[in-house]
Amino acid sequence: MMNQPLLQKKDNLTSIQSARLSFPALDQSVNDHPLVYFDNAATTHKPLSVLKSIDQFYSSYNSNVHRGVHSLSEKATEQYENARKSIQGFINAESAQEIIFVKGTTDAINLIAQSYGRSNIQAGDEILITEMEHHSNIVPWQILAEQNGCKLNIIPFNEKGELILENLDQLLSSKTKLVSVVHASNSLGTVNPIETIIRKAHLKGIPVLIDAAQSIQHGKIDVQKLDCDFLAFSGHKIYGPTGIGVLYGKKTLLEEMPPYQGGGDMINYVSFEKTTYNELPYKFEAGTPNIAGGIGLGAAIEFFQSYDINSIIAKEQALLKYGQKKLLEVPGLQLIGTAENKTAVFSFVLKDIHPHDIGTILNQYGIAVRTGHHCTQPVMAHYKIPATVRASLVFYNTEREIDFLVEKLHAVNEVFK
Amino acid sequence: MSNLNELYQQVILDHNKNPKNYGQLPPPCCSAEGKNPLCGDHIDVYLTIEDGIIKDLKFEGDGCAISKASASIMTTVLKGKPVAAANEYLEMFQDLVTSDQPNEEHKGKLGKMAIFRGVHEFPTRIKCATLAWHTVKDAVAAG
Repeated sequence: MMNQPLLQKKDNLTSIQSARLSFPALDQSVNDHPLVYFDNAATTHKPLSVLKSIDQFYSSYNSNVHRGVHSLSEKATEQYENARKSIQGFINAESAQEIIFVKGTTDAINLIAQSYGRSNIQAGDEILITEMEHHSNIVPWQILAEQNGCKLNIIPFNEKGELILENLDQLLSSKTKLVSVVHASNSLGTVNPIETIIRKAHLKGIPVLIDAAQSIQHGKIDVQKLDCDFLAFSGHKIYGPTGIGVLYGKKTLLEEMPPYQGGGDMINYVSFEKTTYNELPYKFEAGTPNIAGGIGLGAAIEFFQSYDINSIIAKEQALLKYGQKKLLEVPGLQLIGTAENKTAVFSFVLKDIHPHDIGTILNQYGIAVRTGHHCTQPVMAHYKIPATVRASLVFYNTEREIDFLVEKLHAVNEVFK
Repeated sequence: MSNLNELYQQVILDHNKNPKNYGQLPPPCCSAEGKNPLCGDHIDVYLTIEDGIIKDLKFEGDGCAISKASASIMTTVLKGKPVAAANEYLEMFQDLVTSDQPNEEHKGKLGKMAIFRGVHEFPTRIKCATLAWHTVKDAVAAG
């Protein structure tokens, strides 16, 4: 069972609406307009409790972890390890030893590629990914392929942006040594049926890594129920600070893996003849970690868990439905990514107006969107477009903000009429 | 909204819609590909140089209104000019869009390109405006 947060759940609609007040940065004007922050898939804003936890660390018990006998170091270690336990409870890992602090999702995938990959994947072996991966779940495998001659296989997607799984059994060949798939696409919003993929891969004894960077903040993830072998996410996309993220791995797999980086904290005993490594999770955490980041992420998880997850899902899905309807009122607007099951991500193109021009004009009205290829160039190639505009929403956004976006997209059309 | 009007002037919008000298040149010519990895935009430029003079100049590619219009107007400015002028213009143009107080004399020399001064207020768009110019420099250097 998941650890229940100490705070009572704020599960009614009013509390979801007022959640916005917890985010100081949302309350500002940009170019003389109230900020409309629609770039949450890039990074979410941070609630006051997260900012305070970081401030408290630096202004009162700033100290290094795992090595001091003095009081400050003891407190820092305790808070840092408590954050690890919060994360363990949040994703329902069996043990806190399975929670490795990393820089973010990219760092986690590189760790798996260089540690698990180099010791378990050989020349001629295959790694199965999807056509909608972020570059961070493509390039680490290409680097591995250059090092050891393994090969990448791709699960394609259809025009709606949904994975085509008819041939999954063939794609999971006797040579496949790892499946690494994105749970929710950052550029399309598609939520993939990872349960099916994990089940089918496991039938053939193939481990699965889940990139949860764009799903962890939108639903409930239970790693034991999913039975995924590895899972990665970034703190800053779930209301936490940047520079901290999590790699979850099954203990049996992590124990067999060699260290990723060498240095302090990750050793048991060092001599010039022989070094023995520390136990999990420290074996993978060389050097002084991002202590403030870990503590901040712990606070973010606590903040997130203080809301009923079903209320968050309901609010975000309502925003999705509303936005899908309203955006299509803009003449010439085409949504890219229309999967049945998706997050509140609106990727779109508008006539032949370049997304950068749209982004610049929207910014003049205080609307923050992302424009470009979103680090998913194969997705852009699939749709034969160079870029999209992406508005990505979370539960603190509102229907009124969507109305304002739609109004200003009409204005964009006017400029380029 | 005056900044926005300054950026998206009618001349820029017109060149975006109907770019001048859009297309390729047959070999032999100098060419180069310019990319903005941040946004995935790319441009190809083609130059025919005779006796140190840019006889013909064309471009094609994917880009925003600013980069397309800049490339289009650039081709009209550089055609018929000595090759050495390309670098000189690039420096003047760079100064126009990045400097807080651009050289007034340069502004005059840049002619129609001077309408891109509005880009100065949009730092993230400076690379869009200068992409074509850097690509011409690369094409000339590649010979």
